[in-house]
Amino acid sequence: MATKPRIRVPETVKAGEVIEVKTLISHIMETGQRKDQDGKPIPRNIINTFTATFNGKEVFKVDLHPGISANPYMAFHVRVPGPGDLELSWLDDSGQKITEKVKLNVS
Amino acid sequence: MAAPLETDVKNSLLRAAISRRGLLVGVAGATTALLLSDSDALAAADDGWEAALKKIIGEATPVNDKIKLEMPEIAENGNTVPFSVSVDSPMTTEDYVKSVHVISTGNPQPVIATFHFTPESGKAAVASRMRLAKTQDIISVAELSDGKFAMTKKTVKVTIGGCGG
Repeated sequence: MATKPRIRVPETVKAGEVIEVKTLISHIMETGQRKDQDGKPIPRNIINTFTATFNGKEVFKVDLHPGISANPYMAFHVRVPGPGDLELSWLDDSGQKITEKVKLNVS
Repeated sequence: MAAPLETDVKNSLLRAAISRRGLLVGVAGATTALLLSDSDALAAADDGWEAALKKIIGEATPVNDKIKLEMPEIAENGNTVPFSVSVDSPMTTEDYVKSVHVISTGNPQPVIATFHFTPESGKAAVASRMRLAKTQDIISVAELSDGKFAMTKKTVKVTIGGCGG
């Protein structure tokens, strides 16, 4: 998860509107099924949780398993009651966590 | 005295029809009913997708309207196969989708992802991409706030598998 995740939201949002949020993050999502050249299994390391909060309250969450592709794409919806903080975070098996604040233009 | 040939054939056809694989081969719509009518087959598997599904729905009978699972009929690259799930729901505090589970019947691990919603999600519709090891059925189950379930499935043909194994 070295690079910044890509996040797409509508340019303007009306208070109360339900919007679609599209995200893309770089991650190898190592399944634990592969073996290296010496035949040793490569340990699993995947993003296991994706969370979206609005003003600190969890609005959407995903439990990801190895069946989700590398560089996980995630599109979901959130109702935006008014101006506020939309925060997205990705947590992987190594304990690494990436959090992004999403700027919303709410009128 | 040996049984007549036609009885043998009829018996093995019957056995094939009620086998676990036979349960999956069915007319769309009728498949869900078939999947759930033979609880013996569900109980028989101690790991794998049947156990994962039973853990979610228990003894309940899901409906198969309300939930839509969209996937390509043929996936050229099993490493990244797009999918989207949507559930018809007002998403109010009285009536919303609690979670959606996506289950693979042919991957090393059955559960692909579980999506948890709240009324603040506004819409129970998600999209992502999955890995498919081989041609298989993908099942999607929605858990609703009233305790009921909705379920559907899609068959996806895979030309090059992608679980890295």
